Amino acid sequence: MNINRRQMLILLPAAAVAWKSVLAGTPEVSPNYHMTDHWWGMLIDIPKCIGCGNCVRACQTENDVPDGFFRTWVERYHVDDWEMKNPQDILVNPMTDPTVISPDGGKEGFPVATDTSGKYFFVPKMCNHCADSPCTQVCPVGATFVAPDGVVLVDQKYCLGCAYCVQACPYGCRYIHPEKHVADKCTLCYHRITKGLTTACCEACPTGARQLVDLKNPKDPIHEFMKTHSLQVLKPQMATGAKAFYNGLDGSVR
Amino acid sequence: MSVFKDAGHLFRFAGLFVLAFLIFLVVRHFVVPKTFGQYGHYRAAAIGEIAAHPVRFAGHDTCEACHSDEADKKSKGKHAHVNCEACHGAQAKHANADDPSTVKPVLPDTTILCARCHTASAAKPKDFPQVVPADHSNGMPCDTCHQPHSPAMDAATPDATAKAPDKTAKQARGAK
Amino acid sequence: MVSIMNGVEGFMYPNEIGLQWSVLIVLYPYITGLVAGAFILASLVRIFRVEAIEPTYRLALLTALAFLLVAPLPLQLHLGHPERSPEMYFTPHSTSAMAMFGYIYLWYLMAVLVLEIWLDYRREIVLLSQSSHGLLRMVYKVMTLGSTNISPRSLAIDNRVGWIVTLIGIPSAFLLHGYVGFIFGSIKANPWWSSPLMPIVFIFSAMVSGIAAVMLLYMATTKLRHQKIDVHCVDSIAMYLFYIFIIDFSLEMIDLVHRIYEADESFRSLNFLVHTQLYIPHIVIQICIGTLTPLVLLFITQVVKLPEIARKRMYAVSGSLALIGIFAMRWNVVIGGQLFSKSFLGYTTYKMALVTKEGLLVAVFLTLLPLFFLWILVKLLPPWPANSAHAHAPGD
Repeated sequence: MNINRRQMLILLPAAAVAWKSVLAGTPEVSPNYHMTDHWWGMLIDIPKCIGCGNCVRACQTENDVPDGFFRTWVERYHVDDWEMKNPQDILVNPMTDPTVISPDGGKEGFPVATDTSGKYFFVPKMCNHCADSPCTQVCPVGATFVAPDGVVLVDQKYCLGCAYCVQACPYGCRYIHPEKHVADKCTLCYHRITKGLTTACCEACPTGARQLVDLKNPKDPIHEFMKTHSLQVLKPQMATGAKAFYNGLDGSVR
Repeated sequence: MSVFKDAGHLFRFAGLFVLAFLIFLVVRHFVVPKTFGQYGHYRAAAIGEIAAHPVRFAGHDTCEACHSDEADKKSKGKHAHVNCEACHGAQAKHANADDPSTVKPVLPDTTILCARCHTASAAKPKDFPQVVPADHSNGMPCDTCHQPHSPAMDAATPDATAKAPDKTAKQARGAK
Repeated sequence: MVSIMNGVEGFMYPNEIGLQWSVLIVLYPYITGLVAGAFILASLVRIFRVEAIEPTYRLALLTALAFLLVAPLPLQLHLGHPERSPEMYFTPHSTSAMAMFGYIYLWYLMAVLVLEIWLDYRREIVLLSQSSHGLLRMVYKVMTLGSTNISPRSLAIDNRVGWIVTLIGIPSAFLLHGYVGFIFGSIKANPWWSSPLMPIVFIFSAMVSGIAAVMLLYMATTKLRHQKIDVHCVDSIAMYLFYIFIIDFSLEMIDLVHRIYEADESFRSLNFLVHTQLYIPHIVIQICIGTLTPLVLLFITQVVKLPEIARKRMYAVSGSLALIGIFAMRWNVVIGGQLFSKSFLGYTTYKMALVTKEGLLVAVFLTLLPLFFLWILVKLLPPWPANSAHAHAPGD
């Protein structure tokens, strides 16, 4: 872009001021962020997801996620039509109904699908920041917790690395960091949302399939959205109080 | 009271317990972090530590503060809701630098970048614009014909002209 | 049609592919199970007045202690930050079953096992502190806690208090091992583990393994000392082993039948797992070799009058197979529970390393270490009477 020096002299301070307010700092330091004013969640719009993997890459960049482990990932589902000649025959092999792939978590997108039978869709997954978090329940020392603003976090200076929380998460969103040897997972980009930014995955999503929501904010679009759409959560029978809400989630999604 | 004479050893054993417990209480007082229990059964200071993690993506508001003309063009086209860093990658270093021109972001290679979203696949939503790259552009970079900030090629967006529209477009289309 | 890449068949959530809990976490419940089971055998003598088993009383207590001393080691080796484990004492999370570990362990070690052994051996400890020399004398002197009172009155008090400690020790032993069952049984995310039966199954299989272990140790050590095995004693132990084994087997069968009958969403996936990867460890080793075979052998000894030699051989074989079977049970719970995806759409494999911190060699070492500790304890506090005069008055 072509900006002359004069324009630069005007724009730079403006940008600096904008950036300073963005860097307003930690919740305790920032006078603008009060934990009790927020109750964070995420809205994932399945029909909009194109499986580009931008979110997975952005998360890795933003949060230094080690290779082979995922704070967020995308799954591709292929649900076959019924076998119309003998639909009453019960399928024995549990691994192909539906067929799900997530090559390297979807980080480099997905291979081109050519089979036009049945239907496909993409399901981005992440920590659900459960209000009734089972991972928090089992931590023996209090290293993982639900913060007052609804984000489930890990205190990596306190964690023993026992992996009990990893076992207790029904969604498979936790892992033990291979170098730090402590539990790690999506933090809902806590360092960003407390500064008025959105999460890295939402910032990078080109179709708006992922949207950060603040349930305590009366102006948040989620309130209108939920009135006009059917929202689901993953594994509702677990009653985890999951706060990652899915629009258009097929019944076959695990 | 004479029973205690023959049970003295039991009191010694119990005494060890009491002593160990008292030592435990003292150690605990010094070892447990000060902010533990402030909001719940965890170290409250961890919240601030996590919030202090460095930011890598500047966020489109910050980009648009300087690059308003690109933002303006984009807002009128098909990529209006595609944030800057979705294509340009994390640019907080660039935005945060005292002189951003010293941290020049590398322009993405459109041949690779655009294909990520727009390569046709039976798995993608039917209404999403997608092409088979080999058929569509015969290996030419996408920005030969499409302006990424406003990629649609129709009369309604006159600014959406590529680098060398007429000749190369024909070349791309009729290449096969 | 289903590809197998890096040991993964079908689909697993990306973070699930590598197992979190290794063979060391299989070993930990096995060891605490042996502790609990050995203690229950000792309590049969002290509380339930089964005089026939008296020859194994002290050996059972020492066995329990030897294994208890090793129990924290597999956990420490598994932790990402073992140096932070004192946090479980300073800030235990009241909703976490695992947080109970520190306190239960300490309680059981000091307030039950060490106390009971000390009270039972105090007379010998005082005598040995006076008759031995050098470093050993120092050790015994410390163990007396400075008291040399072994008057009949003080020993009677020891007896009474020891009885109460054993009584408290029974639910303590159940807690020591039952909480491990609850650690697994309370995880709703994992249908292979989640069950109210889990703590009960763990306790009863613990009793089987502990009783079998003490029986085998008694037979082995008696033979090594060129003494005669008290057949009446092993007959009695084998009888208890048999009945407790039946209860254990019934509980596991109830779980299995219930699972097959209800066939909930996890059933298809688990069923496939048991018929493929877990077939050998579960069906062949745990059920056929490790449970049904010893049950049949023990049953024969209970209903057919066999000569002593035959009975002792069958006890030895049954006991050994039971120990293998209970280990397989722990393996199938811990490892088995991590082999299938929580999406119920895929499976992974357990690649057990050889020489790493959580590998096979360490597991073998930790299994043998308690025997070494037992050897030391037996040398320090001989569990067999020099003469038959130390007949422990059962009941009080």
